[in-house]
Amino acid sequence: MTHLEISGELTIFTAAELRQQLLEALGAGLDVEVDLSRVGEIDSAGLQLMLAAKQEAAGRKRALHFTGHSAAVCDALELCKLFGQLGDPVLVHSPS
Amino acid sequence: MNLDDALHTFIIEAGELLEEMEAALLRIEQTPDDADTINAIFRAAHTIKGSAGLFGFDHVVSFTHVAESVLDKVRNGLIPISSELVALFLGVGDHLARLIAGAADKAEPDEDVQQAGDELAARLGVYLDPPSPAGGQIGGQVGGQMTVTAEPQAQLDKEGGNGVDAHGVDSDNWHLSLRFGPDVLRNGMDPMSFIRYLGTFGKIVEIVTLADKVPALSELDPEASYLGFEIAFRTEADKATIEGAFEFVRDDALVRILPPHSLISEYQRLIGELPQEELRLGEILVRCGTLTPNELNAALDRQADHPDGPAPPLGEVLVDQKVVQPRVVEAALDKQKQVKESKSAESGLIRVNADNLDEHINLIGELIIASAGASLIAQQTENPVLLEAVARLSRLVEEVRDSALKLRMVQIGATFKRFQRVVRDVSAELGKDIRLEISGGETDLDKTVVEKIGDPLTHLVRNSMDHGIEAAEVRLARGKPAHGTVRLNAFHDSGSIVIEVVDDGGGLPRERILAKAIERGLIKPEQHLSDQEIYQLIFMAGFSTVEQVSNLSGRGVGMDVVRRNITALRGTVDIDSVEGVGTTMRIRLPLTLAIIDGFLVGVNAASFVVPLDMVVECLELSAQQTADSHGRDHLNLRGEVLPFIRLKQLFDVPEPPTPVEVEADDAQGGGDPLPRYGLSTAILTAEGAAALGSDPELAFLLHPVQRENVVVVQYAGRRAGLVVDALMGEFQTVIRPLGEVFNGLDGISGFTILGTGNVALILDVPGLVRRVVRQPNRHGSSSPATVSS
Repeated sequence: MTHLEISGELTIFTAAELRQQLLEALGAGLDVEVDLSRVGEIDSAGLQLMLAAKQEAAGRKRALHFTGHSAAVCDALELCKLFGQLGDPVLVHSPS
Repeated sequence: MNLDDALHTFIIEAGELLEEMEAALLRIEQTPDDADTINAIFRAAHTIKGSAGLFGFDHVVSFTHVAESVLDKVRNGLIPISSELVALFLGVGDHLARLIAGAADKAEPDEDVQQAGDELAARLGVYLDPPSPAGGQIGGQVGGQMTVTAEPQAQLDKEGGNGVDAHGVDSDNWHLSLRFGPDVLRNGMDPMSFIRYLGTFGKIVEIVTLADKVPALSELDPEASYLGFEIAFRTEADKATIEGAFEFVRDDALVRILPPHSLISEYQRLIGELPQEELRLGEILVRCGTLTPNELNAALDRQADHPDGPAPPLGEVLVDQKVVQPRVVEAALDKQKQVKESKSAESGLIRVNADNLDEHINLIGELIIASAGASLIAQQTENPVLLEAVARLSRLVEEVRDSALKLRMVQIGATFKRFQRVVRDVSAELGKDIRLEISGGETDLDKTVVEKIGDPLTHLVRNSMDHGIEAAEVRLARGKPAHGTVRLNAFHDSGSIVIEVVDDGGGLPRERILAKAIERGLIKPEQHLSDQEIYQLIFMAGFSTVEQVSNLSGRGVGMDVVRRNITALRGTVDIDSVEGVGTTMRIRLPLTLAIIDGFLVGVNAASFVVPLDMVVECLELSAQQTADSHGRDHLNLRGEVLPFIRLKQLFDVPEPPTPVEVEADDAQGGGDPLPRYGLSTAILTAEGAAALGSDPELAFLLHPVQRENVVVVQYAGRRAGLVVDALMGEFQTVIRPLGEVFNGLDGISGFTILGTGNVALILDVPGLVRRVVRQPNRHGSSSPATVSS
């Protein structure tokens, strides 16, 4: 199992770099777990990246899980109703 | 196109839009119910807001948005058009112009501008009821976590969304289909923020994110946008408001909005439009609760029934099926029409650098001189084939000249129209009811002149309104309509353009002007002046007869500046006035500046050009007539007194140094630097030469004797004769300005180069006519004075 932690932005500004990291992680040939607990900001590009990573993993017959969704990530996924599509268990944050 | 180019275009376009908006505002006052005009105003504001948003001019966007919201209410008939409203929006237009000018300089608006903007926004806010808590922020800061352009919109749309009919109460959901284009993210817009923004004026009941297009990570372009959304949305807002939310991605995204209770066929169309997702979309609609499974089946069935039937006009269908509010279709069609119109106008026009145009005209000037030289040589060869070819060439050159000169011409109408605003503002300021009438707007005028005539004209118009038009009571007492009229008129008249400012006011007080002028020491009490001369006094510096100095004019500053400006354009201004009836100020400007049709005349060895437009006729000055005039320089022209001027004396043209005894043929022989009488035959056109040949005057050319010709010229309705030795016929004249040294030379307005390479001076006919006409006048009017004193 390869671990990867994303911190800070998961947005258009970091998407290219994160895509590379994710590809490398998947390239190791193991399942991948991505920790999102320190993601402070996410936009549509970030969501796309998550969706694409899932697909890539499926294509390689590997599992890729997102864990520890931060409040920002939860908020975005809730807005677009993407929890189901991504299928990772999420600890629901109570609204502060 | 780089950003600076785009910005430049934006600024030009915004200027044009503001002009349109102003024109529409002035129209709307007369016809308050004209939907087209209201729409035009709305569109102008809307478009400016949209483009300003693209350039990130947030203050322009936020300010315009307030105005737009009010306009939207006007458009919906919620606010009636009133003159206060029009005045307010004229102010809004002015403020926008300032903001955009500031934006062009990349400067932040300074405090004054900011304050003026806040004030206007506050006044606009009054129209936006009910006053919402957000109202206070309107026109102020833009902020929040939303995209900058969306935030103020949110506040306003909440307020502006009251004008919806019907659907409100047991409202079902709107259905929104969004497909963002690949470049949305790259253009700095986040699709998610649009969804968030929807939440600010309604509730997202259900949303399905379409991720089908998102490829696997290895094929993902991380900066492209792949997402689409199907949204069931509940809101009180109307369709325009929802559409407004997607204003800034309109070109980049596919947005379909279906109102509640849309017909099944509409969903069918929606499904049809997105064929690659046909099946899923149907399911999604069901999932969103927009369609029931039965309805979906019905939709799909129908689609199967009519795979490709003839489509009736879309708008018709939409309204028939109650799918969209008629207003929306109207707006859409309007928009479409506008786009079409502007497209066709664009394709008909290109913007050209003025310098290029000037260079082009200069080159044509050279071409004309060269072609004159060529035809001279051709005539010397007497080769008929060559002569014919050269004649054809000359004709073409002439046509090219005309078309080139036309390039610089613009109609004066646009300038006139700007005065609607001036008249409106000034009449409000003065508390007088004054209307502006415009005629002759199609009159062509050189562009540079049009640009420079605006200011003097403004002053004349203001002057007419302030001093000319009387107060309503006075007018009624005089039996005139209570509202005054100022008329702008333009027309062409013998080589010049005439612009008239006519008012139906009190006329110039002849006696008061006279008294004032004497008091100021401008004239002596014993001087007797013609009406014209008295009226001209008002153009003297420091002259004002009005006891009450108003805000606008009457300080005695201005009229002298007006005259100076007009003189600088080589024009004149004169006045006709009848006390109690009205005044006409007449500006007369030379029509073209570069190339004219001239009439070439010879005086001794020198050649002069008279602008052909001003030539009325030519006649022979017989020895008898010379004798009759007894040196008084007047001759009897069919019963009229025609003052004349001898160019030979005026310019002190020297007699030819060598006695002229040459035959006409010899005259063309080169080598002699001095042009001689015989030369004229060479410049004459073939017909002219033939006419001369059959004329007994040919003798004059062959054996020059002291016999003179008179060229009768006309300017501003006055005629004068110019006495010359020889008439040489028409000549294409490229006007060259005289150098500094000769500036202000009396009677000469420029020079030109003849085909022979010799120089001919161009006569300043207006100046000569004035000189000739004035002299006897003064003489005649001063003699009674001496008698009476």
